[in-house]
Amino acid sequence: MSFVDTFKQLDLIELQLSLNSTTSADVESALRHPSGDLDALMALLSPAAIPYLEQMAQQARQISLQRFGHNIQLFAPMYLSNLCANECDYCGFTLSNKIKRKVLNNQEIEQEMQILKSRGFDSLLLVTGEHERKVGLDYFARVLPQCKRHFSHVSIEVQPLETDQYRQLVSLGLDGVMLYQETYHPVTYAKHHIRGKKSDFFNRLDSPDRLAQANVDKIGLGVLLGLDDWRIDALVMGHHLAYLENRYWRSKYSISLPRLRPCSGGIDPKVPISDTGLVQLICAFRLFNEAVEISLSTRETSQFRNNLIPLGITHMSAGSSTEPGGYAQPASQLEQFDISDERSVKEVDEAIKSKGYTPVYKDWQGDWIMD
Amino acid sequence: MLTIAQHRFSSRLFSGTGKFSSSQVMLEALQASGTELVTLAMKRLDLKRGTDNLIEPLTQMGVKLLPNTSGARNAEEAIFAAQLAREMLHTHWIKLEIHPDPKYLMPDPIETLKAAEILVKKGFVVMPYVHADPVLCRRLEEIGCAAVMPLASPIGSNQGLLTKTFLQMIIEQAQVPVVIDAGLGSPSDATAAMEMGADAVLVNTAIAASQQPVSIAQCFRQAVITGRKAYHAGLGQVSKQASHTSPLTGFLNEFC
Repeated sequence: MSFVDTFKQLDLIELQLSLNSTTSADVESALRHPSGDLDALMALLSPAAIPYLEQMAQQARQISLQRFGHNIQLFAPMYLSNLCANECDYCGFTLSNKIKRKVLNNQEIEQEMQILKSRGFDSLLLVTGEHERKVGLDYFARVLPQCKRHFSHVSIEVQPLETDQYRQLVSLGLDGVMLYQETYHPVTYAKHHIRGKKSDFFNRLDSPDRLAQANVDKIGLGVLLGLDDWRIDALVMGHHLAYLENRYWRSKYSISLPRLRPCSGGIDPKVPISDTGLVQLICAFRLFNEAVEISLSTRETSQFRNNLIPLGITHMSAGSSTEPGGYAQPASQLEQFDISDERSVKEVDEAIKSKGYTPVYKDWQGDWIMD
Repeated sequence: MLTIAQHRFSSRLFSGTGKFSSSQVMLEALQASGTELVTLAMKRLDLKRGTDNLIEPLTQMGVKLLPNTSGARNAEEAIFAAQLAREMLHTHWIKLEIHPDPKYLMPDPIETLKAAEILVKKGFVVMPYVHADPVLCRRLEEIGCAAVMPLASPIGSNQGLLTKTFLQMIIEQAQVPVVIDAGLGSPSDATAAMEMGADAVLVNTAIAASQQPVSIAQCFRQAVITGRKAYHAGLGQVSKQASHTSPLTGFLNEFC
């Protein structure tokens, strides 16, 4: 039993019809009791909720403030490798893309970490392309303890692994795993994930269950907004979140809401999501789930990111590089996607403060047991 | 005067350090609250760097620090956090918080009891954060906790005294100080808690997440003083009906 079974009971066409026939009355009712109610989430994600955006934002701000306080947690992505055995048409790391490929060795990792540490970070997200043979479990098992020596919180965003493998990494200090479904539409998924292991839709869908069973503390879900109808993708992600929370009550959950960005050899979004759409999405999720962490990357512009701070965002990256070794040697053209917010960590830190929030670098002591 | 483990407190309002918009606002609000005991999360302190910009100004203010084990998911982690606190902050006081459930942050009674027993043996002044469970509070008292900290409602929820009936039982029975923690949303909640006979209250979110933390901190300060005074003065009996002064025997004083 996993989310795959629940997912198979969902009728995506039916969901789409219901979502698009949502009325103002449904939205008003959803706004009264949004918490934990999937029908309310559907109403809040629907076009009918657009006129209620300000009210949604007010409520989202209030809930976020009460739950998380005036805090924004900062983390840094660290790209370890751009090797990839998959063919995915929206990603700069895709197999057929003629870019220089690189896997960081321990010394290069140390250099990158020194830079991130000197910028104040204590929470790290390790990112790789998906290359089982060269950048697989052995590599992660070697790198993780090295990173944990310097950072209190270390997450990974890599290919799906097996439960036992996750368990091994947890024993080495792994705190979280980001594993994005990209889209919950099997047909659209197949269209964009053309070759390689990532083309197995259901293996990916099954992975968050495995993460929870391996006692990974924090599990990150996400969809790549724009691959398909983002309202439906977000709604099904809501179903996924609700399923996981119910079943695995000890895990923490976060969501990421990346919009499809230009990359080398990339594609245009099928259903573009506007700024209004993204605000609606963030507010809808905050109203649906008071506890879920919402992460915002440097894909978004500085001005937009500043404005999103009070609406329910809990985690932000800053001064990011999306290429392996990019902190020590920037712009060597190995990157996954272009970033939009190019401010330094210090500038982002100042911007958060000027909004009346505290930038938080450390909020975790995962090695309480391991030391 | 309130005494916990031989330490005397003239203020019965305890507070915390989380959720403030800046450390400046935090310090001003704590000052305004008159609090003498301030809890802070070990997980927030950057011990690898060996310094933390939070601790020094708090110490200068003269408040006593109560490190907490928030973030610990089981007894083992909480014990480790407590030991770390003793080493780094030079205090053997610990607010024991274990919540394996990240959504509602409900305290785990089994792990809490287990950790408390070990920490007491190791010489800590243990103040466990628990659900308003009278039996659990008895058990924690039996094994030597210095106080108990039952919740009024879910942490950070500002919902007030939802567990009132059970808090009353705890207050009635306890031989150690009862600090009502979590969920007190308004100064009137704090007054009500103190009127019930709580020895102290801990308020963080209602101050830190407010629009005007300094001002609301002053209100809580007054509210706690008022509640304690009312408790000592004794409240009148609550009745469902309006009553004359002596409806049944008043005739005795009347001229016939």
